[in-house]
Amino acid sequence: MAMTAFAGAPTQAEPAPRRQSKIALVLLLPGILYLVLFFIVPLVSLVITSLEAPAPDGSGTFQYAFNWQNYVDSVGTYSTQIFRSFLYALLATVFALLFSYPLAYFIGVKVRKWPLLQSFMLILVIAPFFISFLLRTLAWKTILADEGPIVTSLKALSLLGPQTHITGTPVAVVFGLTYNFIPFMCLPLYTTLERLDIRYLEASSDLYGTPASTFWRVTIPLSLPGIVSGTLLTFIPAAGDYVNASQEFLGGASSSMIGNVIQSNFLVQLNYPAAAALSIVLMLVILIIVGSYVRRAGTDDLL
Amino acid sequence: MAGGIFAESGADLELVGIHKRFPGFTAIENLNLTISAGSFFALLGPSGCGKTTTLRLVAGLEEPTSGQILIGGKDVTSTKPFQRPVNTVFQSYALFPHMTVLENVAFGLRRRRITDPIAKAHEALRLVELDHLAARKPQQLSGGQQQRVALARAVVNRPALLLLDEPLGALDLKLRRQMQLELKNIQNEVGLTFVHVTHDQEEAMTMADTVAVMNKGQIEQMGAPEELYELPKTAFVANFLGQSNLFTGPVTASNSESITVTVAGAQIVVPKSRAQVHDGTITIGVRPEKLSLLTEAPAPTTGVNVIGPGRVVDVSFSGVSTQYVVEVPHIGPMIVFAQNMVFGPVVNVGAQVWMSWTVDHGFGLSDSPVPEDADLATADLATAQIATAHAAAQAGD
Repeated sequence: MAMTAFAGAPTQAEPAPRRQSKIALVLLLPGILYLVLFFIVPLVSLVITSLEAPAPDGSGTFQYAFNWQNYVDSVGTYSTQIFRSFLYALLATVFALLFSYPLAYFIGVKVRKWPLLQSFMLILVIAPFFISFLLRTLAWKTILADEGPIVTSLKALSLLGPQTHITGTPVAVVFGLTYNFIPFMCLPLYTTLERLDIRYLEASSDLYGTPASTFWRVTIPLSLPGIVSGTLLTFIPAAGDYVNASQEFLGGASSSMIGNVIQSNFLVQLNYPAAAALSIVLMLVILIIVGSYVRRAGTDDLL
Repeated sequence: MAGGIFAESGADLELVGIHKRFPGFTAIENLNLTISAGSFFALLGPSGCGKTTTLRLVAGLEEPTSGQILIGGKDVTSTKPFQRPVNTVFQSYALFPHMTVLENVAFGLRRRRITDPIAKAHEALRLVELDHLAARKPQQLSGGQQQRVALARAVVNRPALLLLDEPLGALDLKLRRQMQLELKNIQNEVGLTFVHVTHDQEEAMTMADTVAVMNKGQIEQMGAPEELYELPKTAFVANFLGQSNLFTGPVTASNSESITVTVAGAQIVVPKSRAQVHDGTITIGVRPEKLSLLTEAPAPTTGVNVIGPGRVVDVSFSGVSTQYVVEVPHIGPMIVFAQNMVFGPVVNVGAQVWMSWTVDHGFGLSDSPVPEDADLATADLATAQIATAHAAAQAGD
């Protein structure tokens, strides 16, 4: 041992042998099982269902038929709702971002010096999660109802016509979506802004950057990862949401989204193939939108 | 903003009665400072002395509690950083991680809408010899390269005033020397006013025309490096800027040209012109390299001070010179630097030696060393004070 220490040329460190440990596989097993059982199997079953055709005996059941027509029919019938879903989701994402960014900036940067206040404000952001979002959405329905305080006072001020409503309109649906997804937008934004190094802002200011150009050229690019994950966490579930737009909550007949259509096809009309086809279309469109968005934002490492 | 044109040349910087208080402590107290255009000014001091705060005040990143900041005669105290013709090379470099090196350098030019920012940025990168890395991101560069980019990013704007906040701190010695030369060249070339904050006294002395030594939020002494080194006025400067042998004792004789201080029985003469105080108990000193080591007691000569005998307790060889520590009874350890004119040390540990120096090399301070500042040269302060008191008692008899 001692001799090798003086043997002259330093011994090259050998690369650590790749351990084919069985423990790793065992540890991975629950996760893999979970994915197979609750993702792969339902997905395959969904694809199969989406290709079924009504049984010829007229019993109302379906059988496998590789019926592509389901996709053509359902997209043709519900193209308005599909378009509307993405429009509403986009609007809700934009509004949630506009609302959350200043909030997250305030919590993550401005009150950094007071950690206690910072934690308190974060709790306020998360607090709505302590109540079921169904209840919260119902509460909004009451608040925005025709006899509710907002509509009556707006009407009293003549800002709203006598025959107008808020509930059941697209405004209420987009409002509900925005409200429900603000925490999902705010938290990722907070985590990036909380780590934002103030020295970069000082450097920008030192290099003749006005507050506005410092914000656009330094703050926004440096918080881009938070913006991307926040918008994804909002846009994806909002596009498929069926609670806010439901007529029992904030929506109306003219504001139903793809989620409502899928729900009614599955549970009311019992047209399983159409519902399955719509689900798959929804999934694919989201994948395409998100994929190109993330590529454009240059934050591939998020995926 | 300067309206899209470069500053013609450097500008004067004037700080008038600056106070800066933070909750709980005062960083700067009544700071008055004038730095003339085109000079290379170094603000030297230990950490926490307020030098970085001073720089941030000039850059506009902090607001003074009271006082005025004038750049080129114009009061900029209440203006924002982006409105000041000032650029900073930050200690952390603060290069924008989401931009290429080139875009980092062009940032200030673009904000001021200066024509042809890319060409000018390339030019600045050529000045620091990094143009070949223009397309890289800052995190792909080494510390020294990042530092040079930070310098290019500031210099490219031709600010009236360039602030450097310990920018060489992260570099190794060789690179630091090289950067010091480069900085000096750039300053000569572009003629800007440089304000350099550092705790490295050697760096301050090699680079700056004027050095201000700062301590506890105030400037202790300011002047050319040679002047500061050869004639320190306070104990802090004497010990912070190089090393000093300091002695405290009463003034026992005085004539029109010089005063004599008695230290542990030895009579030490200091020219009046080099002493800040001429009566009472004062502290005087001499630089270690001004001392000559003698192995025999020299004959008393006018114009030469002698201390001894003492014992050599430590000899350390450092290539160019050798440092001897000599323990003198009632005075304490003294440091002597001797150039290595012959091979090896002249005397060995345990040898009995005398130390002499020309009267003109001594200096008298305006204050006495405070115990907390004590280092090797003043470590035996208690002994020195006892000796002083003893000598004073004797003188009184």
